[in-house]
Amino acid sequence: MNLCVARGVDVRVGQKLILDNVSVSIEAGEWVSVVGPNGAGKTTLLSVMAGLRTASGNILIGDRDLKELSPRERARLLAYVPQHPEIPPGMKVDSYVLLGRTPHLSFLGMEGPDDFRLVQQVLEQFDLATLGQRTLESLSGGELQRCHLARAIAQATPIIFLDEPTTALDLGHQQQALDRIRRLREEHQVTVVMTMHDLTLASQYCDRMILMSEGQIAADGTPSEVLDPDRLSDLYGAHVKVLNIDDHLVVVPIVGR
Amino acid sequence: MKTKSPPTRSPDSGGPSVLSEKLRSPALFVGFVAILVAAGAGLLIGPAGIDKTAAIMELLDRIPFISIDSGLSQIQKNIIWEVRMPRVVLGALVGATLAVSGASYQAVFRNPLADPYLLGAAAGAGLGATVAIVTGSGDGIGTFDVVPLLAFLGALIAVALTYLLGYSSGTQRSPAALLLAGVAVASFLTAIQTFIQQQNVDTIRQVYSWILGRLNTASWDEVSLLAPYALVSTLLILMYRRTLDVMRLGDVEASSVGIRPQLVRLVVICAASLGTAAAVAVSGLIAFVGLIVPHTVRLLAGASNRIVLPLSILFGAAFLVLVDLLGRSLASPAEIPLGVITAFCGAPFFVIVLRSNKRTLG
Repeated sequence: MNLCVARGVDVRVGQKLILDNVSVSIEAGEWVSVVGPNGAGKTTLLSVMAGLRTASGNILIGDRDLKELSPRERARLLAYVPQHPEIPPGMKVDSYVLLGRTPHLSFLGMEGPDDFRLVQQVLEQFDLATLGQRTLESLSGGELQRCHLARAIAQATPIIFLDEPTTALDLGHQQQALDRIRRLREEHQVTVVMTMHDLTLASQYCDRMILMSEGQIAADGTPSEVLDPDRLSDLYGAHVKVLNIDDHLVVVPIVGR
Repeated sequence: MKTKSPPTRSPDSGGPSVLSEKLRSPALFVGFVAILVAAGAGLLIGPAGIDKTAAIMELLDRIPFISIDSGLSQIQKNIIWEVRMPRVVLGALVGATLAVSGASYQAVFRNPLADPYLLGAAAGAGLGATVAIVTGSGDGIGTFDVVPLLAFLGALIAVALTYLLGYSSGTQRSPAALLLAGVAVASFLTAIQTFIQQQNVDTIRQVYSWILGRLNTASWDEVSLLAPYALVSTLLILMYRRTLDVMRLGDVEASSVGIRPQLVRLVVICAASLGTAAAVAVSGLIAFVGLIVPHTVRLLAGASNRIVLPLSILFGAAFLVLVDLLGRSLASPAEIPLGVITAFCGAPFFVIVLRSNKRTLG
């Protein structure tokens, strides 16, 4: 079943076409990685599909047009974690994760026992329960990344958009973050669409990769279909090889060919 | 398209609430005590030298079902009920309004330096009052005097002008554009105000006295003039206290959790500006309250607007009543302008709070 469909999406900034007639459909339960060189339009596509940036063309979430949804209705269907989320000064971890419940509250409503219970469970799932009283700025990069993911999960949406969720994390924390997303997907049956720079990591975790170049989709398919060394060398302007190690694809830059 | 809820575990019913930044009763209690102490001092201390025990009895006498003869003369009773009481109530209303407006401006602009005069309210009110004074339309006293009316209108027009200018100037409807428009409008209006003032040096003392802020003309008329605006403005801002915490995420993320940041900003600015304009109209320009009270609350009780907004109301009220008491006691029978005292006491106090507390500004 198609959960999120983008049809003929154009985004123009001044004279420059950032997204050029992009059409994409995301199936329920998929883990899709949007990859491509800098400036290819990955982040723009993500924010357009998350309803946070206006564009011409249509976006359907289920059978509903994104433009017809109120911000609150939209936020109950789509969660979004930007590449560099805001760190509100002095905000405690538990209060931050609780903000994920916002779309489920009425204007004058306050969080109830169910919201607190759910947030408590999410904090425990993300190993944040003991950090609940700490301020965000006192956390390490890995802990902060868990907070951002936890807030998105507390939003309890069927789709989560993550803009480069492993940026600024070391090797171990990158793997841990992606392992956690994998577990969450299995437990919550969430559809995940994320942008990534690391092609090797993306190929090892995702079901599907969308390779973008100059505002268009250059390739769309399973990691083994998309990660063609000639195509990557051409699009990235680099010399790369794609190795297969224990059934895992590894993209390696080769210097000085 | 329904997501499965997170795996159920036994709810931690007896444990601590997940929300650590919650307004707790001790903080509220301290706020109410602060108001009571300030109001008590404001009512009992004054140049008329009324016996404090008799004054307390007079106050108790007005409580329903309590009848005590305070032994005060009618003039002394009038001093308590028609001079000191309206002054305390007006001071509390002005202080609460300026403090909560400042806190809400800081929240919607995500800028710790934002104060209620940020969008030109003070400059507009100053110009309005100056025009009223130099044209001899009013003497600054009484409910239907032209000075508060023009000050009120000046403040509102200035903020409206800033808003229109800020949101029409750029393609990006950013808070920064609004702040810059505020600077431009304030400078422009202040220039006109200064020019008019310089052309009419005979009224310079009156204008100056208005600009520095005062409550010495306080009467029940002025209380009834300010109260409706203060009430509407404060209630509206309080209704947004949870939403203003969401606004701390910035516009994009606030929007991603279902908030309309620009609409929230517009409503809160309108509410805060209405309250500020009304407060300024009756009291003149009292600086610093909208800045130091919310920051002190934030540093002592946490950065969440659920705490900062209600406590700013209580502490803002108590603070201004005490400052007014100082203003009329220190050089009695002369009065020191409120703006001078708020800056004189407020600035060093602010530095002490900042230095003694490691918490970050919100």
